[in-house]
Amino acid sequence: MAEAHPVGFQWVMEAKKRGATVIHVDPRYTRTSAVADQYVGLRVGSDIAFLGGVINYILQNELDFREYVVPYTNAATIVSERFADTEDLGGLFSGYNPDKGVYDPVSWQYEGQEQHAPSRGDTHMQRETGAGLQQESHGPPVPAGVNRDETLQHPRCVYQILKRHYARYTPEVVEQVCGVPREQFLKVCEAWTRNSGRERTTALVYSVGWTQHTVGVQYIRTGAIIQLLLGNMGRPGGGIMALRGHASIQGSTDIPTLFNLLPGYLPMPHFQQHETFDQWVDAIRHPGQKGFWNNARTYAVSLLKAYFGEHATADNDWGYDYLPRLTGDHGTYQQVLNMIDGKVKGYFLLGQNPAVGSAHGRAQRLGMANLDWLVVRDLYMIESATFWKDSPEIETGEIVTEECRTEVFFLPAASHVEKEGTFTQTQRMLQWREKALDPPQDCRSELWFFYHLGRLVRERLAASDLERDRAVMNLAWSYPTSGQHAEPDAEAVLKEINGYDVASSVPLSSYTQLKDDGSTACGCWIYSGVFADGVNQAARRKPGSEQSWVAPEWGWVWPANRRILYNRASADPHGVPWSPRKAYVWWDADKGEWTGHDNPDFEKTKEPSYRPAEDATGVAALRGDDAFIMQGDGKGWLYAPQGLIDGPLPTHYEPAESPLRNPLYAQQANPTRKVYDRPDNQLNPTPPDAHSEVFPYIFTTSRLTEHHTAGGMSRQLAYLSELQPAMFVEVSPALAEERGLEHLGWAHVVTGRAAVEARVMVTARLRPLRLDGRVIHQIWLPYHWGGSGLITGDSANDLFGITLDPNVLIQESKVGTCDIRPGRRPTGRALLDYIADYLRRAGLDASHYAPLETPGAGE
Amino acid sequence: MGVRTWIEGWPVYRQLTGTDPLGRGQAAQSARSAALEPRTKTADSVAKSVCPYCAVGCGQRVFVKDGKVTQIEGDPDSPISRGRLCPKGSASKSLVTSDRRIRTVLYRRPYAKDWEELDLDTAMEMIADRVVKARAETWEDKDDDGRPLNRTLGISSLGGATLDNEENYLIKKLFTAMGAIQIENQARI
Repeated sequence: MAEAHPVGFQWVMEAKKRGATVIHVDPRYTRTSAVADQYVGLRVGSDIAFLGGVINYILQNELDFREYVVPYTNAATIVSERFADTEDLGGLFSGYNPDKGVYDPVSWQYEGQEQHAPSRGDTHMQRETGAGLQQESHGPPVPAGVNRDETLQHPRCVYQILKRHYARYTPEVVEQVCGVPREQFLKVCEAWTRNSGRERTTALVYSVGWTQHTVGVQYIRTGAIIQLLLGNMGRPGGGIMALRGHASIQGSTDIPTLFNLLPGYLPMPHFQQHETFDQWVDAIRHPGQKGFWNNARTYAVSLLKAYFGEHATADNDWGYDYLPRLTGDHGTYQQVLNMIDGKVKGYFLLGQNPAVGSAHGRAQRLGMANLDWLVVRDLYMIESATFWKDSPEIETGEIVTEECRTEVFFLPAASHVEKEGTFTQTQRMLQWREKALDPPQDCRSELWFFYHLGRLVRERLAASDLERDRAVMNLAWSYPTSGQHAEPDAEAVLKEINGYDVASSVPLSSYTQLKDDGSTACGCWIYSGVFADGVNQAARRKPGSEQSWVAPEWGWVWPANRRILYNRASADPHGVPWSPRKAYVWWDADKGEWTGHDNPDFEKTKEPSYRPAEDATGVAALRGDDAFIMQGDGKGWLYAPQGLIDGPLPTHYEPAESPLRNPLYAQQANPTRKVYDRPDNQLNPTPPDAHSEVFPYIFTTSRLTEHHTAGGMSRQLAYLSELQPAMFVEVSPALAEERGLEHLGWAHVVTGRAAVEARVMVTARLRPLRLDGRVIHQIWLPYHWGGSGLITGDSANDLFGITLDPNVLIQESKVGTCDIRPGRRPTGRALLDYIADYLRRAGLDASHYAPLETPGAGE
Repeated sequence: MGVRTWIEGWPVYRQLTGTDPLGRGQAAQSARSAALEPRTKTADSVAKSVCPYCAVGCGQRVFVKDGKVTQIEGDPDSPISRGRLCPKGSASKSLVTSDRRIRTVLYRRPYAKDWEELDLDTAMEMIADRVVKARAETWEDKDDDGRPLNRTLGISSLGGATLDNEENYLIKKLFTAMGAIQIENQARI
């Protein structure tokens, strides 16, 4: 955090000054480790084993915050008697289907709800469409009525299942899997549990390297289980903080430029699942469950009204049939492979540099070299715009400039000070930026580009009577423009996002005002309220020094300017703060309402003692102590009966590439991971397959303070280039000796995809681990370099192949296996021969791919 | 110049007798440095902005004089950042003003060995033509069973995490209406 989010890290240091203990767990000793009270180095890819060990410590010693756990989590809920655990099935859960590599999750359900399980076909569809991403704002659907044993003694209650599942994750196993000495591990367990309860809370902070694993979602789930067991969710100083890496990456998920989502986490329609408008809405709201998703029809109708205006009517199902349909995986990696196969004609790159920033750089560049046209919009010349003349594949002869047909448009972009608009930062806060001046020459905002592109496309289709062009022509695409370049009014767009009353155009103040009769329009329901009272709330700049420590009048946070989600849990079931020093929101019995430092995440006047009628559904079904109001059962989920492709509980699997056999189960790697078995996407061999010794080392990547992602905004700047001038690779003294690597000399790292050269830094920041009776070395590289800019170097992301997490289709690019050799890599054709030799020695050919299920699993 | 003025002009004297014993402020000032004014004082306008790099969302103040950005500083009012910026945020004035920034449209013809210049309006018309053509050539109305698809798999887009919400909103809205579903950004990566 000190390295990649240094200004945010000031708050960690403030907490430390006030007595907080800072623990840093990372494979590599960093600037964060240097100021932490305790640094724990672990093996890359072993986090679930480490955190699972913490869960086991909590449960074996009964250190959970029981008064929180019983009412606020699903610990008491009884699970189907058909459920069988990984502990009994060699690392698989019940219901695995080896043909498709997915589960039939019927046995994972709560008792009595088995008939509500998605089918195996549904599960396959959910993986292909990254359906897990829909759960960013809410839990997956389950019916409200569940069987509970609040004594937590029932052998099939979640608490007991959890206890059995993690019983194997002992301190000895943690040491064996993660390479963390047990004394160090126990010190973490003691500190974490001691600092949680009525009087104290612990925050868990991760950076999104956690998501770049084939078990990435389950990493975060493991953290969530601990934070729920210790009562750290929904409370000040607690929670799980995802440190995201781009100025508005949260915003680009909320208002998604993602294939599988519409604004506000509504799913893009699927051709089978959502054939009609009603099927689509019911798939979102799931009639019969608790909570606010029951109102999904109002969100859906209002979005279509915002999209199609007067052409969205009750008679045409609000224009639902204009929407395109998904049939499966249309994610960025599938797209790139389709580009290589010649199926994609045109590609837009909008402030993104996949030639350096995406996994398997060679595949990215070969894909772009096989397009009809490419539009690059950026501030600086980036590698993704020049692959046709200076990419590594030009050097190897795989791309020949005179034979490359891709037509390339480079359109310069406006910078962040040359346009106005909102970024959503990592705590869901929208902050409006004022425009300082006009962009120079041909530089334009994306708002300008897309508004005018839409205008030009509509001009071309105006005379068309084709059915397919009606959606384009019926689009509500009229925005006021101003200035010499006819720049669209960003505030007008923000008002549409916020939502308004159709008849009067008056902005709405909350998503609770949305209607399903077409009388409201709203571009993103979770952002409704950002223009409350007709005021741009995201532009609020009351100085932090002039308001409370929650600072509610700086910017605007979705939903409803709520700074901590599920903050009902900061009070006990009766609505009283767990302790005076941890008071945040509470029930004011005199006034008959919830109040506190933040906007309570609960119906304002629902008493803590409220109990719904038996047949209640939706919001009315939420009890007065159901703190997790966006969950189908109102509870925080220790166990996830639905919504996850790879199991209801996190389980340690090895990364897709690992030098080790899984020490815990016969099942080696995530059996549901998304694979692309193609000759141009070879993965290095991993046990139980032979020849893993050809790539004996583990490597990982991360950021440097002085650079940003793929370098397009940092390697072009003189100061930053001077501060961190060259690509390098960190190795331990022991590995340097083993491979003859010289400090500050050259070395190259090799995988089945690429060889990447870098200057060597021999450092104790990485230390060898003794695992499985042998020494395991780890290597670290920054991933900022490429061939353009003031400083250039090989790209670390070229080393990775493409294997994805099954829930959200994010690639495993934080761990892989490799070799490292002294000296520079070969160049030209010799480089291809060099890698081919590795592939041959590793026994990799087009006829064999690693099986999803490994021998002994399922038994 | 009298002796007294001469002595009082001597930094060590001012350091020993004045309010700046460490000699890091007033005592070390020359007549020239005393007369200097920071760029932040002489700016024509100040815009309240946000750092464009990571997702912490540090407040920035952007100072403009004579139509040019002259300084970008941390905003001390921000309860998130309290005026701090990291090396990247501190370098963001260079990000905006660097002469390495591309400011005009560049165009590479199929099979060409180098860039050529192109007028922005012409580029926009050419791109619109290509979008319409790619869409028409790859349009899928219905699947084999007659279920609607309404889409093209011939167009892709990647990017959004560095853009504004308003921009992402228009991108998704336009592409969805055009049936182009292959829209992705860094959040997938």
